[in-house]
Amino acid sequence: MASPEKLKFQKSHEWTRVEGSIAYVGISDHAQEELGDIVFVEIPEVDDEFEAGEEVTNIESVKAASPIYTPVSGKVVKVNQELEDAPELINQKPYEAFIFAIEMTDPSELDNLLSYEEYQKAIEEE
Amino acid sequence: MFPYLPHTDKEIKEMLSDIGVDSIDELFADIPAKIRFKGELKLPQGQSELEVYTRLKTLAENNQQAVSFLGAGNYDHIIPSTVGALMGRTEFYTSYTPYQPEISQGVLQAIFEFQTLMCELTSLQVSNASLYDGHTAASEACALAVNSTRKTDTILYSSTIHPYTKQVLETYFEDLKIKLVELPEKEGVLDTDSVKAQLGDNVAGLLVQSPNIYGNLEDYTGLSDLLHEHKSLLIVSSNPMALGAIKSQGEWGADIAIGDTQPFGLPAYYGGPSVGYIAATEKLLRKMPGRIVGQSVDEDGKRAFVLTLQAREQHIKRERATSNICSNQALAALGNTIYLATVGKEGLKELAEQNMQKAHYLAEKLQKEAGVKLAADQPFFNEFTLALPKKAADIAGAMEADGIFAGVPLNQLDASKPDNLLTVAVTEKRTVEEMDRYVQSIKGALK
Repeated sequence: MASPEKLKFQKSHEWTRVEGSIAYVGISDHAQEELGDIVFVEIPEVDDEFEAGEEVTNIESVKAASPIYTPVSGKVVKVNQELEDAPELINQKPYEAFIFAIEMTDPSELDNLLSYEEYQKAIEEE
Repeated sequence: MFPYLPHTDKEIKEMLSDIGVDSIDELFADIPAKIRFKGELKLPQGQSELEVYTRLKTLAENNQQAVSFLGAGNYDHIIPSTVGALMGRTEFYTSYTPYQPEISQGVLQAIFEFQTLMCELTSLQVSNASLYDGHTAASEACALAVNSTRKTDTILYSSTIHPYTKQVLETYFEDLKIKLVELPEKEGVLDTDSVKAQLGDNVAGLLVQSPNIYGNLEDYTGLSDLLHEHKSLLIVSSNPMALGAIKSQGEWGADIAIGDTQPFGLPAYYGGPSVGYIAATEKLLRKMPGRIVGQSVDEDGKRAFVLTLQAREQHIKRERATSNICSNQALAALGNTIYLATVGKEGLKELAEQNMQKAHYLAEKLQKEAGVKLAADQPFFNEFTLALPKKAADIAGAMEADGIFAGVPLNQLDASKPDNLLTVAVTEKRTVEEMDRYVQSIKGALK
């Protein structure tokens, strides 16, 4: 489950895991390393609707505050409440600690995302 | 004296050679020539210390001495001598941005206590280290409402807020895609029936003020529930001294409390510097503008204070910052803190009651003995508005000759207000004798 090879990525460093019509979103190992200790995750509200590429929420580390963009359009159906009290979970298990899950309205948007390999290449070029 | 304290030519040369440029002109070469100032600055000749002192003394002597009933946001209260004595200590008075925790525990603790006092007064959970004044606090509160609600672009405000607050709101939001909608008043208070029709998915919040610009107290029963049903926030501005006697913002169910702390130990000066306070529910903590001092422990486990949660300031969030405030009013807020520590909890209540009683004494006497009318029949705190049969500015002008600043003609703050409205403030400083003199004076002026 925590294997990044099965995930899809955005250049803005979010990963996406698809389960049926639901897309789970978190941030990559590379992103958590760059950010350093994560001290706060703003938990999004369930039922809020977003377009692909829209900013859903923010995470704050000791170094910076960063927006999290949704890879797909849809409605937030689940949030990771655990992160409210334990934001460090993102540092510890980046590929398990999802931030929110979105019910996709257009799964074809997934085609725009990068594979793990493509993402690795993209960050090497950064 | 020099008109300003310059560097010597030698120092300037040394600095230029250190950074490897030949001249001041070269240093500023990046600034386009057409907007660069050329020639000599038009500064007056330097003067001796004696000449400067004499000039300032002459100016000071032009000040008129009178008994002040001026208010409309800036009040003449007693200032205990503890305020000046402690605030004037050089550790506080001359330190610039003293926020390094290693050397500034005193300042940080004072700010922490200011925040605690604001939370207690407003019955809300979090306060920041202060903002510039009540008007900027109102604007920052509206920005906070927009930033913490999704897909909103509208701020509602009551027509009874201070006219200067409206002006600052317009300045703040003029170039943003935020609509400002004014809600009407009815008999000197917000017409709360008008709120419902304006609410919708796009409304971030409603800004109201009590005591309002007329001095009237507004009733917000049911207002926060109504707004929260539409996921909008309630922002209530209050003169903090009134909070010693009236319902606090938290008790009204407000999400954000704001106001100006000038009444707490700061002279009226010429309208500033003052302090804006902002307190909010814990939910809004991460989006609060400005800075917050937090309590922590040092490496020996002893209580210590540090600046914290500056995540929305520009040096962390860069171009995505949600507020441009990168400072606070540390010294003036320290004055507020010393003031409140001096008068204490019971003292503040007593002050608020005295203000209220004295204002009611004068209002009653004016109606009975001078035959003047209040602009509206509403409860009020330490300020009320008269609807005069003549121009308010003329009456106030005539009363100045009797050594009385009679109040603020409201059309001087907002030209759209009728010219017969005079807002009169009565603080604990006013004596019965002074108030009786006011009544005699206005009788004469109205003849």
